Amino acid sequence: MTRKKARAGNKKTSKAKRKSNKKKASKATSRRQGGLFDSEPQPKSTRKATKKTASKKSGSAKQRSSATIDGEMAKEMAKKQKDISVSEFFAKNRHLLGFDSPARALLTTVREAVDNSLDACEEAGVVPDLFIEVKAINPDQHVVIVRDNGPGIVREQLPKIFARLLYGSKFHARKQTRGQQGIGISAAGMYGNLTTGKPMRVISRTSRRKPAIELFLAIDMAKNQPMVKKEVEIEVDWAHGTQVQIELEGTYKKGKHSIDSFLDQVSLANPHVRIEYINPVDEEPVIWDRVSKSLPESPREILPHPHGVELGILMQMMKETSARTVSGFMCQEFCRVTPNVVRKFSDETEGLGRRIDTDRHPKRLSPADVRILHKGIAATRIMAPPTNCLSPIGEELMGKTLRRNFNPEIVITVTRQPSVYRGNPFQVEAGIAWGGDLPGDDLASIYRFANRVPLQYEQGACAITQSIVASPWKNYEVQQARGALPTGSLAIILHIASVWVPFTSESKKAVASYDEILKEMRLAIMEAGRKLATHLRKKRRLADAERKKDYIKTYIPQIGIALQEILELSDTQRTKAEGKLADVLERSRKM
Amino acid sequence: MSKKIARSFIDRVKRENARRDKKTVDSIERTAQEIYKKIMRKGKPMLRFPVRSLSNVSYDKKKGYLEIGRARKERTLTVNTVKGFAQTLRMMGLSRELVQTNDFATKRDVYYQSKNWAEAKFTDQSESDTVMDDIEALFSVDDVSREQLRFVPDEHGGAVAGELVVLDPDLDSGEIERIDCTRFGSGAYSIPSSVEHLSFETDAKFVLAIETGGIFQRLQSHKFWKSADCILVSMAGVPTRSTRRFIRKLSDQKKIPVYAFVDCDPYGISNIYRTLKVGSGNAAHINRFFCVPSASFLGVTPQDIIDYKLPTHPLKDVDIKRAKDALKNDPFFQSKKKWSAALEQLLKMGVRAEQQSLAMWGLNYVIEEYLPAKLANPGKFLP
Repeated sequence: MTRKKARAGNKKTSKAKRKSNKKKASKATSRRQGGLFDSEPQPKSTRKATKKTASKKSGSAKQRSSATIDGEMAKEMAKKQKDISVSEFFAKNRHLLGFDSPARALLTTVREAVDNSLDACEEAGVVPDLFIEVKAINPDQHVVIVRDNGPGIVREQLPKIFARLLYGSKFHARKQTRGQQGIGISAAGMYGNLTTGKPMRVISRTSRRKPAIELFLAIDMAKNQPMVKKEVEIEVDWAHGTQVQIELEGTYKKGKHSIDSFLDQVSLANPHVRIEYINPVDEEPVIWDRVSKSLPESPREILPHPHGVELGILMQMMKETSARTVSGFMCQEFCRVTPNVVRKFSDETEGLGRRIDTDRHPKRLSPADVRILHKGIAATRIMAPPTNCLSPIGEELMGKTLRRNFNPEIVITVTRQPSVYRGNPFQVEAGIAWGGDLPGDDLASIYRFANRVPLQYEQGACAITQSIVASPWKNYEVQQARGALPTGSLAIILHIASVWVPFTSESKKAVASYDEILKEMRLAIMEAGRKLATHLRKKRRLADAERKKDYIKTYIPQIGIALQEILELSDTQRTKAEGKLADVLERSRKM
Repeated sequence: MSKKIARSFIDRVKRENARRDKKTVDSIERTAQEIYKKIMRKGKPMLRFPVRSLSNVSYDKKKGYLEIGRARKERTLTVNTVKGFAQTLRMMGLSRELVQTNDFATKRDVYYQSKNWAEAKFTDQSESDTVMDDIEALFSVDDVSREQLRFVPDEHGGAVAGELVVLDPDLDSGEIERIDCTRFGSGAYSIPSSVEHLSFETDAKFVLAIETGGIFQRLQSHKFWKSADCILVSMAGVPTRSTRRFIRKLSDQKKIPVYAFVDCDPYGISNIYRTLKVGSGNAAHINRFFCVPSASFLGVTPQDIIDYKLPTHPLKDVDIKRAKDALKNDPFFQSKKKWSAALEQLLKMGVRAEQQSLAMWGLNYVIEEYLPAKLANPGKFLP
């Protein structure tokens, strides 16, 4: 105890020293990197400049209205205007990707690597075994190692996957996957490279028969191209899989927004995953064993539903399609569309001012035409999209992970039937763990998941939280203050699986509140809540009965004494009366 | 008084006391016996209490007080009531013991006595008071009062001065204490908390029940009782049970009228006077012992405010509410047209006047002018 304290004290002083060092160091880094990736927030002027360069139409002349405007000016300015690389853009807007504080940077790195590993394993049909280690170089700098037992990645693809932003196979697919944008892991590598100067280390082994390949990767930010720093074949003690190692500036924290909490939540939503985790503070590794040996049914890819497509996207798709008629295009690119349905679109457009001929070539339609067509589609009743593309956790397995992680008295899980919002199929699941090892008297712990990925930030802005707050917990024998989360020995998990989870922002922190989604979430929670109430009422009834039994035993002798006093009864008479009275009351105990 | 008479008087009181005590003990034992029998027959015992609320109260013109109705509520011994049942029975046992040892207990005493009852003890006096009220109501059906159960109020009664001799027998020594209420000088006799054993000697023409100590003081120090040949009683606000009981016994025994002299405001009229005359609404089960149906209202009346040009204060909101409530809900005021009219008049005037406002016309105006003028016409008093 005392030793621990002393150590903590040392830490503080050394931290303070390092802090001052860090400032110097970061200045040096930024100079070396040409000021692209300042660790301090961007000064306003720089950001403004970026914006101006980004806009192709020069609006800056406005500010100097006194200058004479001729062609020369624009030519002069054109020299400064150029494409910004995506990498450069993200380097300057790293907060969008979850690297805005040292603690978040470390968590985001682990999150991206874990998401990638799980998706890779599942796609390859392998039950995932994850190994995660976070090692401290110093309190402000850590090494993150994430290894999976997936199929590995072939040599040619390695640099592109890990060291190029916006490269991946998931962005275009209408399928329930964890990652969506394909910027995650490479952004983490880039962040590490920028803050420590160290390249990302990737080891991949595709087969037991082949040796592993080790690559050291960095990103050429101007060109958004990978740079291979070093490449060797090495021996590893695992048969197949991928290991990513990133050294980065980041701080390790415990608590709600910690890596520990993230992995705990991953294990809740992924019953088939085994996780072994070593953190820089605790000596023993933490292990979450799998509760299911089989992979969840693989989510299927589906075509978009016409009701879910936005006007801009529709225009884009019509430009790119190989189909030669609007009708053919619609049938080919969307689900639930047949020539018959397309005719209905056309009929609807008639009512909107102009009938759109669906035999025309899609590229020939004017923007105004597409707009009318889009409205026509919205007005047509179309069969809901297929929902067999979703992969819920399932009531049984969710119950098992809840039991494993919380050791509660009771677990209730509900998986709703799939539903649809704006043409996108989705499915909601709710789980409640109550009592046991869970702490009482606090606000309930909320665990939010989208496509099995834990959401750790912006709890208040999330549709999941809103639906929990809006549920009538008092009806379920659980305390709840007005407009707040319920209180009690309670953990609530809510999972939304969808081909396209609507987030409130690009950083994927909170689910947007669409009416259809809120409704399904409420129904799931209410169903679980009713079951919880049944359990709690039964429990209370038993406790009441027990209490009443005590009550009877306590007060009957007093009645006996009073009767004896007033009627001058003998002790035998008194005992007899007490016995009979106890009988009468016991029999009528059911109140 | 000769010794012989004294002895016979004491004997009479003793006999009367013994009769009452026997009745009390019989009532308690009968109630307990019913419960015991029911238990031995494996039934659920129950107690029947009169319902104590205004809905179960009516004004009986003949009897002259607010009377409790026939509504009863039954309390069956169940798991939920077992604690209260045990406490009620233990308190009944205590009452019986008090009678047998010829002792008494105040509410506070009872509360502390309960500390010997193990789990049945009370944790707060308000709990024991409630049970005591229940028991009082329970036995009021058998004409047994709280005083007969030997539970006495903590507070003592009002002050008495004037042409009255109170006979207070000391049952232990056999002596009768003769208390002459003319001989307290500038002080006064204080009504004890229990008055059942008292009797009186007087030739006074009436009893004057006064609201405030200030007026009582003035009438007493100027020996108003001598010139008016009366008995003065200070009620000091709403009269306590023993004050009411004392006036009632005095009025009954000696057949003399009681005149109330209070402030002219809804509190003086509907709380003090009404309680004195017909009892209170929420303790209707005891009103038959604790009211003075022979009382009438000397003043200050709303008409007096006009006649005597008294200085006034405007009625407060609570006053207006109280007066309207009396007109609307109180069975006593509803049955007396003169009172309804007087209250309406007061509300219309929108003012109130205190007894002591008479002092505007001179400090002794009340003795020299007001009371003599009023007493010349007792027939005009409000009922």
